[in-house]
Amino acid sequence: MRATSGWDIRLDGLTVGYGDHVVLRDVNALLPAGEISMIIGGSGCGKSTLLRHVLGLQRPMAGTLSVGGRDLFALHRRDFRKVRRRMGVLFQDGALLGSLTLGDNVALPLREHTGLPKATIRQIVLHKLALVGLADYADYYPNQLSGGMRKRAGLARAIVMDPPILLCDEPTSGLDPVNAARMDHLLLDMRANFPGMTIVVVSHDLRSLDAIADYVLMLHDGTAAFAGPVDALRATQDPYVRSFLDRRADEDQRADVTLAPEVQQALDAWLDR
Amino acid sequence: MSTGPNILAPVTALGAATLRLLGEMGAMFLFLADGLRLIFASPKQIPKILNQVFVIGSKSLFVILLIGVFTGMVLGLQGYYTLVKFGSEGLLGAAVALSLIRELGPVLTAIMVTGRAGSSMAAEIGVMRITDQIDALDVMDINPMAYLVAPRIAASLISFPLLTAVFDVVGILGGYVTGVTLLGINEGVYFYRIESSVEMADITGGFMKSLLFAVIVATVSCYQGYFTHMRRDGVGPEGVSNSTTSAVVLSCVFVLVADYVLTSFLL
Ligand SMILES: Nc1ncnc2c1ncn2[C@@H]1O[C@H](COP(=O)(O)OP(=O)(O)OP(=O)(O)O)[C@@H](O)[C@H]1O
Ligand SMILES: [Mg+2]
Repeated sequence: MRATSGWDIRLDGLTVGYGDHVVLRDVNALLPAGEISMIIGGSGCGKSTLLRHVLGLQRPMAGTLSVGGRDLFALHRRDFRKVRRRMGVLFQDGALLGSLTLGDNVALPLREHTGLPKATIRQIVLHKLALVGLADYADYYPNQLSGGMRKRAGLARAIVMDPPILLCDEPTSGLDPVNAARMDHLLLDMRANFPGMTIVVVSHDLRSLDAIADYVLMLHDGTAAFAGPVDALRATQDPYVRSFLDRRADEDQRADVTLAPEVQQALDAWLDR
Repeated sequence: MSTGPNILAPVTALGAATLRLLGEMGAMFLFLADGLRLIFASPKQIPKILNQVFVIGSKSLFVILLIGVFTGMVLGLQGYYTLVKFGSEGLLGAAVALSLIRELGPVLTAIMVTGRAGSSMAAEIGVMRITDQIDALDVMDINPMAYLVAPRIAASLISFPLLTAVFDVVGILGGYVTGVTLLGINEGVYFYRIESSVEMADITGGFMKSLLFAVIVATVSCYQGYFTHMRRDGVGPEGVSNSTTSAVVLSCVFVLVADYVLTSFLL
């Protein structure tokens, strides 16, 4: 394993869940600094839950989680906040503040944490919104936008403080192919322009995996099915990894879509057939 | 012995509910202490507080005017027919003004503001909780207590006394409308009796009540919204709806209980 450097994220025997319901057990991985790590896995396998732990919003049931070599859950409140200030986050549904316009949402961290003049803030905000293709929407409220637009605005807010750690929960889901590709390019540009930036992307978009991933953590069946560089992922013969990459459903998991006769009858009656 | 648990069940349930309520009240006190401390966290709080004062005022002012006038008019009517039996209808002004300033102004204002602004505090913060907005604030290193709760408590402390004063004034005018305009009491007597009977202590008492009620309503409403996700009686939108209901019901109950306790100290 590589030596700890910069703002890498290390999971050691991490077990996470809600109450006493375990979602993921004994996950080990090192998401390296300066690269794009992708957390992939089926819907509901615990990707967002894992991300909430990296953000320190939830405590793990067992194991440790270190960010930049510091055990996140052993830090004092002050030091913990210092680490978390390094993180920019895109939540799965954007989590924009509904009572503020897009511009005010993106400006919020700058307003709260810096004494920059209004005009400068406005300029930064418009620049970040332009990066995600929303420069014309600064005065719209989040619920006046589509889901994909909210997601892009969420990314603009996540990068407004130029954080060395960027965490994105499904940045491309709900986007059309053009905007999805644009999102991928944005992440690649960020990696190129900010050397040492740790980018973690949760996704099940295989095209993004091909386009941007350097390192992959694949979750399956309540644990890590694979953790390593993307080339090693392609070489692996693990059957679940192969079926995921080949976008194939197991034959024995094919659902039976025929209806029971009495259900069919009831539906026919309702449809006047 | 098989009946033992059945007989004890209601007692156990009552005990558990009482313990839960006490625990929750303790948690609300800590919540309030944190909120009060954070009012002074930074000068950036001032615009947020003013904005909330505007929100509370614009939501509640009209209903306060309406309820105030009618309360005063009813007091005038009831007071007149009671006092006239003793031939002392001249005291009507004093009766109306004292009931309003000492009791009805602060209490009815608090209950009206609970319905208008308290419920929307609970609902708004509750929605922010279930849509990750509060987590997003936390992650941006913006303390959600300082950003959402402290300005609402401060704004309530400013607006409750003002709205109570408005209620008292329009109530006294409402009493004037029934007493003087409709029932023919002498105008000079009405106002003279107010002036000679209302003391500064009555006004301070009413003022203190309105401050206490402000703290109660803002704390209970924000608390219910803030912890929507911890509710056991519903998740998601249902949780928000239950939080809003609890905010209104608990605020009103606490206001009336606190009113009794404070009144017994003041008298
Ligand atoms: N608040 C919660 N309380 C209890 N269980 C939860 C909660 N949130 C999620 N879960 C459970 O945790 C598991 C993982 O959920 P999570 O949201 O992390 O999935 P995900 O991998 O992000 O899925 P998707 O790709 O659909 O976003 C699910 O089985 C879900 O039922
Ligand atoms: Mg998810």
